[in-house]
Amino acid sequence: MTPASVAASVTLTAIRSENLCRHYRMGETLIRAVDGVSLEVRSGEFVALLGSSGSGKSSMLNLVAGLDRPTSGSVIVQDRDLAKLSREELAKYRLHVVGMVFQSFNLIPSMTLAENVELPLRFAEVDRSQRDKLSREALERVGLRARMKHRPSELSGGEQQRAALARALINRPKVLLADEPTGNLDSHTGTEIMDMIRDLNQQLGMTVVMVTHERALAERYAQRLIFLADGKLVDDRPNGPTSFRDAQGGQP
Amino acid sequence: MKIPDLAELALRNLRESVLRNSLTTVGISVGVASLVAMLSLGTGLQQLFSRRLAKSGLFDTVFVSSRRELRGMGREDERKGPNPGESRVLDEAARVEIERLPNVAEAYPDIRFVSELRYDDKPHLTMISALPGSAKSNDAFDGMQGSFFSSDAAAEVILQKSFAEELLGKTPALGAAEPSVAELARPLLGKELTMRYAQRETPSPAPAPIGHDASSSDDSVAGAAYSVVSREQKLKIVGISDLDPESMRGPTRAKVFLPLALAESLHIMQPTDLREISRAASDQPVYSSISVRVKNPAQVQGVEDAIKKMGFITFSILDASHSLQQVFRVLYAFLGIFGSLALAVASIGIVNTLVMAILERRREIGIMKAIGASDGDVKALFFAEAGAMGLLGGIAGVALGWAIGQVINFGTNIWLKSQSLPPEHFWAVPLWLVGFSIGFAVLVSLLSGLYPAGRAAKLDPVQALRYE
Repeated sequence: MTPASVAASVTLTAIRSENLCRHYRMGETLIRAVDGVSLEVRSGEFVALLGSSGSGKSSMLNLVAGLDRPTSGSVIVQDRDLAKLSREELAKYRLHVVGMVFQSFNLIPSMTLAENVELPLRFAEVDRSQRDKLSREALERVGLRARMKHRPSELSGGEQQRAALARALINRPKVLLADEPTGNLDSHTGTEIMDMIRDLNQQLGMTVVMVTHERALAERYAQRLIFLADGKLVDDRPNGPTSFRDAQGGQP
Repeated sequence: MKIPDLAELALRNLRESVLRNSLTTVGISVGVASLVAMLSLGTGLQQLFSRRLAKSGLFDTVFVSSRRELRGMGREDERKGPNPGESRVLDEAARVEIERLPNVAEAYPDIRFVSELRYDDKPHLTMISALPGSAKSNDAFDGMQGSFFSSDAAAEVILQKSFAEELLGKTPALGAAEPSVAELARPLLGKELTMRYAQRETPSPAPAPIGHDASSSDDSVAGAAYSVVSREQKLKIVGISDLDPESMRGPTRAKVFLPLALAESLHIMQPTDLREISRAASDQPVYSSISVRVKNPAQVQGVEDAIKKMGFITFSILDASHSLQQVFRVLYAFLGIFGSLALAVASIGIVNTLVMAILERRREIGIMKAIGASDGDVKALFFAEAGAMGLLGGIAGVALGWAIGQVINFGTNIWLKSQSLPPEHFWAVPLWLVGFSIGFAVLVSLLSGLYPAGRAAKLDPVQALRYE
């Protein structure tokens, strides 16, 4: 491959998995959480991973996030073959290439919002002065500047998820991975968060992979729907342009 | 992660479960305190012994004697020392030569003799010895009443306390309270004593047989003649010292002290002279022994070796303190081991606390890993927490150990005072012990943190995140 074609593939394909498997044993039984999934996500795409609980969608996301390693097959994100990375390299990958938001926000309760948001910058060994500036900007972007000295427990769910989003974006990742980001939120704040994620996707061209079991939510925001069941890919189709436009039109 | 960030996060985490971490830290500090207490007791005792030895004035002194004297210091010398026949005579020439050796401050003959002193017309027979001017600075005269000799040749005398008691007829009954030195000094200072002594008089210019020089004088019987005349000398009492007459310091075995130059000028007949007569080696005085003061106690060995090379027998307290140091090394090791036991228990506390912290902060570790913390970051964080507990515990422990030492010092000194003994410092916390104890506490804590930190680093983020 010439350097030019490498660059081209970076821009074209954000995530590619080939026959990706994640099996584990629970007692006597072998659980095939992810069982031979092959898919490709283009750069800048907004993809929803759908399925009932136990379908393997979260396991799939963990593999893409570099939190888990495949039993077999490969998963390549931004030209990095995750199965071949060392633990150290995988940590760097999580730090710089992907950002994650979770259903339960996963902010560290003993830290203020500002400290939570700047934590990845500490791991990235960014200078303190730079860190303060970046975390303030990030919280400003999600409208939490006034709350930066508060601890997560003093905030509403929506505010916590916005802070988590600020944290996920602080190291300017190429890919945002969201695991049921609205699962713990009421529909109003859920919409607020989803709008933010869509803005990131549309304005910054960030690749977004969102795991959800709410089909309506997926149809409203995602460009493409991937259905998983029992660890296998059962359907992969673009979200109809009509419905996508409808979602846009649905906003007051 | 950078060190300041690591320290900040570690301290924040320690504050989060402040009770448990403080208890663990207290555990470490108690361990360190016991270590400090034990080792400072050891150090203090050693210093006490060294001080006592230094007071005896022997640490920087080498005693030199000749093999011609029948005063072998031990079997070792008997075998290894020079052949008595070849050994040199310890005379003035030898003394000057020794004095010129490097690192030697002075070399003076030990003049010691038994004589009669008259006070109030009553005769008292006692051992008298001469002191060089340098003895003034010796700790041994710290508790002296009056003053040291005004000059090296002054007709003055310093009395040992027990002799002063004898002069005053105040020798206490066994077990009775001893009179204080000041009490004894008041009636005696400034008074005069008369010393009767035997003077050795060399017949003036005896023509030496031609063709004979000093080195081949073994058969020069004629040259060894001298006469002994009885003389008297008036001496002024200038000081009363409470030196222990039985202490190790050679000259202090005497009860009365004269200035060295005065004693030399009197040409007093010494017991050793009698032995010399039978051999009739020379008409020049021969010293039974010479005390060599070395500039620095560390140089004693070198000076001793040089003098041995000259063919003399030497003895120094270094030999004695050598085995004493051996004893202290063993004592130290034991005290150290006992002191460390508490610290070992405390280190188990650290392991326990950190393992608990891992369980408690499992989810937090998962979060940190999910947002990009490496195994090393997590490990370093737990390590830093262990280290911080060790550092804080170490500092607190040294302070605690020091405080315990002060209290015990205070208590024993009250007891010593009640026994009318001088106060002693047998509890010393030297700077190296402070540094060592804190360093040791940190090291032990880091070792204890090794396992928990490794376990935290290996935590699977997916499982850790699932943990509620």
